[in-house]
Amino acid sequence: MSEKTIFELSSPGRQGVRFPAPDVTPAELPDESLIRADLPLPELAEVDVIRHFTALSKLNYCVDSGLYPLGSCTMKYNPRINEDMARLPGFAFTHPLQPIETIQGSLALMFQMQEWLKEISGFEGVTLEPAAGAQGELVGVLIIRAYHQSRGDTKRTKILIPDSAHGTNPATSAMSGFEVLPVPSDARGNVDLEALKAVCDDTLAGLMLTNPNTLGLFDEHVLELIDIVHKAGGLVYGDGANLNAIMGVVRPGDLGIDVMHFNLHKTFSTPHGGGGPGSGPVGVAKHLVDFLPDPVVGIIEDATEEMPPLYGFVTPAKTIGRIKSFAGHFGVIVRAYTYVLMHGAEGLRDISEMAVLNANYLLSKIRHAYTLPYNRTCMHEFVLEGVWPDVADVHALDIAKRLMDYDYHPPTNYFPLIVHEALMIEPTETESKQTLDAFAETLLKIAEEAHTTPELLKEAPHKTPIGRVDEVRAARDLVLCCWIPEEPVK
Amino acid sequence: MFTPHTETEKKEMLNAIGVQKLADLFQDVPAKYRFPHLNLPDPLTEMEVAAEVGHFASANESTRDLVSFLGAGAYHHYIPAAVDSLLRRGEFFTAYTPYQPEISQGTLQAIFEYQSLIAALTGMDVSNASHYDGATAAAEAVIMAYHNFRGKRPRMVLSPSLNPQYRATLRTYTQGYNLDLVGDGKDADLFAGPDGLISLIDNNTALVMVQYPDFFGRVYDYTQLAKKAHEMGALVCVAINPTALGLFKSPGEMGADIVIGEGQPLGIPLSFGGPYLGIFAVRKEFARKISGRLVGESVDSRGNRAFVLTLTAREQHIRREKASSNICSNQGLMALASTIYMSLLGKQGFRQMAELCYHKAHYAAEKLAAIPGYSLCFNSIYFHEFVVCCPKPVAEINEHLLEHGIIGGFDLSEEYPSLPNHMLLAVTEMNSREEIDLLCEVLAEVSHE
Ligand SMILES: Cc1ncc(COP(=O)(O)O)c(C=O)c1O
Repeated sequence: MSEKTIFELSSPGRQGVRFPAPDVTPAELPDESLIRADLPLPELAEVDVIRHFTALSKLNYCVDSGLYPLGSCTMKYNPRINEDMARLPGFAFTHPLQPIETIQGSLALMFQMQEWLKEISGFEGVTLEPAAGAQGELVGVLIIRAYHQSRGDTKRTKILIPDSAHGTNPATSAMSGFEVLPVPSDARGNVDLEALKAVCDDTLAGLMLTNPNTLGLFDEHVLELIDIVHKAGGLVYGDGANLNAIMGVVRPGDLGIDVMHFNLHKTFSTPHGGGGPGSGPVGVAKHLVDFLPDPVVGIIEDATEEMPPLYGFVTPAKTIGRIKSFAGHFGVIVRAYTYVLMHGAEGLRDISEMAVLNANYLLSKIRHAYTLPYNRTCMHEFVLEGVWPDVADVHALDIAKRLMDYDYHPPTNYFPLIVHEALMIEPTETESKQTLDAFAETLLKIAEEAHTTPELLKEAPHKTPIGRVDEVRAARDLVLCCWIPEEPVK
Repeated sequence: MFTPHTETEKKEMLNAIGVQKLADLFQDVPAKYRFPHLNLPDPLTEMEVAAEVGHFASANESTRDLVSFLGAGAYHHYIPAAVDSLLRRGEFFTAYTPYQPEISQGTLQAIFEYQSLIAALTGMDVSNASHYDGATAAAEAVIMAYHNFRGKRPRMVLSPSLNPQYRATLRTYTQGYNLDLVGDGKDADLFAGPDGLISLIDNNTALVMVQYPDFFGRVYDYTQLAKKAHEMGALVCVAINPTALGLFKSPGEMGADIVIGEGQPLGIPLSFGGPYLGIFAVRKEFARKISGRLVGESVDSRGNRAFVLTLTAREQHIRREKASSNICSNQGLMALASTIYMSLLGKQGFRQMAELCYHKAHYAAEKLAAIPGYSLCFNSIYFHEFVVCCPKPVAEINEHLLEHGIIGGFDLSEEYPSLPNHMLLAVTEMNSREEIDLLCEVLAEVSHE
């Protein structure tokens, strides 16, 4: 079964939306040589468009339909009030360049959100500008670069990346002009301190740490690790993708981390939107506040007895510069603001505690049937090996695909790279015990199937709208739009 | 609220794990820093939150409360009701990146259609699944051009009338590279048009970047510029406003190699600056050099057409430090919004809307230029944005306009010190003739004061 594309559904002459006739005398159009002869867009009635995208939506799995245990992605429930708040006309119809006296509501909200994120994370300064986690990383690494340069310390050319790190970490470091050096993990899933010491010298710019890391483990020597990097003159970047495990539990800034990004689209419940938009605010310790990107929201006139403060945009003294248009994904920030306001300090701690409780509970129910590479208390997620020594030829991918037949989204697979056939499971705090019990039962059943009827896994999924997709053909024949290019793309 | 367990369930779960209390799960966290007190306001119920956040929203005066002629990179357009109605389907907005094609065909096909629509609109062959916004797309274009020549061509020629925020952003992105960014210095001739750039293109030039319509609203045919750039072996990137492409010839027809742009005008609310949509499209020879996600067509095991993320070997999760970019999350839902928007307007509606903008802007510009003390600063073809030379500093005029409930145009002196008293105005289908007449009335009044 497949739904036609919007171009295949087109019927010449149809139009979904009309516009009023001009209420001014039409002007003469410029010379023909500048006017486009053809605008090859499809032609549909509104109902065609609604039916088409409704049909497409039905082919998707989503958090609203069930458990989405995609490790590292924190696919928690997205509260509906967030959506309503972001769409309030006072927010949705405000232009980013309006005179500041007309946008005090937006600026006050952003200022407050900066303050809250500082409090939650233990940092001295926060920017809300980055568009997503990866852009937050770019900001952080450029800040590290600017910090060393401002001290005339230009020999620091390398960034250390633990081997369990997400791909954005090395990609960001390279994109910022640094040399990337991997650091191995030890047998308990921590950063290997001896290996770390061996590569810490005066060319070290910094280390990118994810803690809890992508194995779902809190580094047992985090303070020593940070100390080693600092003693070598480097700074520690914190990848905050896993903040969902530690809100109200520990503040990364207190541990000595110098700069960290938040993922509002993970920890703070803003929806992933089928790939985005995200929002990746960055927090920094005191010595880095002046390097934050341009602009941050500040108070430009203090409050008086009669008047509230006047908020505005300010440029940090040694800023790394602007990193995108305007001042951040405001619509996403409103959602996250709403979420913090509903939770308060106790509620945020509850989120992290329940996320960690859920992961450990789920693990306790299935650990006897799967290989667990690191036998420790996990944080908000854990990683299994998706293979059995006594079953030939069944892989993590097959388990992932088989889960779809039972109406679950699969876990993250083949990441982190240091676990053989990794299955990375993050249930999140919004799942009930009943949901976890049912999921655990399914995982056990699949483990049994792997032993008794492995072909059920290898040929899975059976019940999804489509079967496994030929990815090699997609990359070889390269059809990237409905417009088939005249000659095949090389 | 959003954590469902009862106290009894929590106990059962702790028992199953084999610990006494929740705190036992956090033994790896250094004791000294464990469970800090957070100084945050007390939690509120949904009902209270709605009121509280509502206060912030109503402390703003939006383009709904005021008449607006502000553009400069973000534009006030009508968004048909069907767009948000579809966006609010949980199947779209609560899904993740479509890594598992068997249960993500909805998102995948929508992205494929987005790529197709952007290719059609820009006259290019291949569009990615989105960048963050116009500015970051510009930065990624520079990085792509740099790598295209393996770093051997460090020069990038930038038009001074490329959006100042794009130029600032690409400078921030590339501070770790040894680039020679030229063309947009303080002494650049803002009246010269594209010909002014030709002499800067040498055989160390990787990229020439211009904007269409440019930041001042001017529409130039870049065909000649592209030809000259190609003669020197350089690539050409055109930053577009997609609305203008409903009426004007596509950058593909002019010979662009890369087209980037801000997709916000395509059905995305102003939302105080984001989330927006970064457009990024290329000619087919660069399909494997593009950064960001791509969806391709293939078949499934049952022989049906199916869509899947493709050429992932360029991306950070596979190539790590050798990836073409660090981008991971993009603007999926915004790309969907624009896909629905373009589908609804279609061939005819899109052209009608573009023409409406054109006619209203020209009515406004001509009427404004007729007011004593005001004139059009540039004598070129323009679309829905134009620059007016005013008798007084723009900030002063805008204050006065605001008293009459009008958000005036962008004060160009903020970005171009050589352009005092220059106001950049945008007129879209949202501006009625009455609004334009009111603007002219108040401006006439200001000049008399
Ligand atoms: C550990 C980690 N770091 C960074 C990122 C990148 O974040 P984003 O997708 O918001 O750019 C992710 C996203 O999956 C992640 O899991």
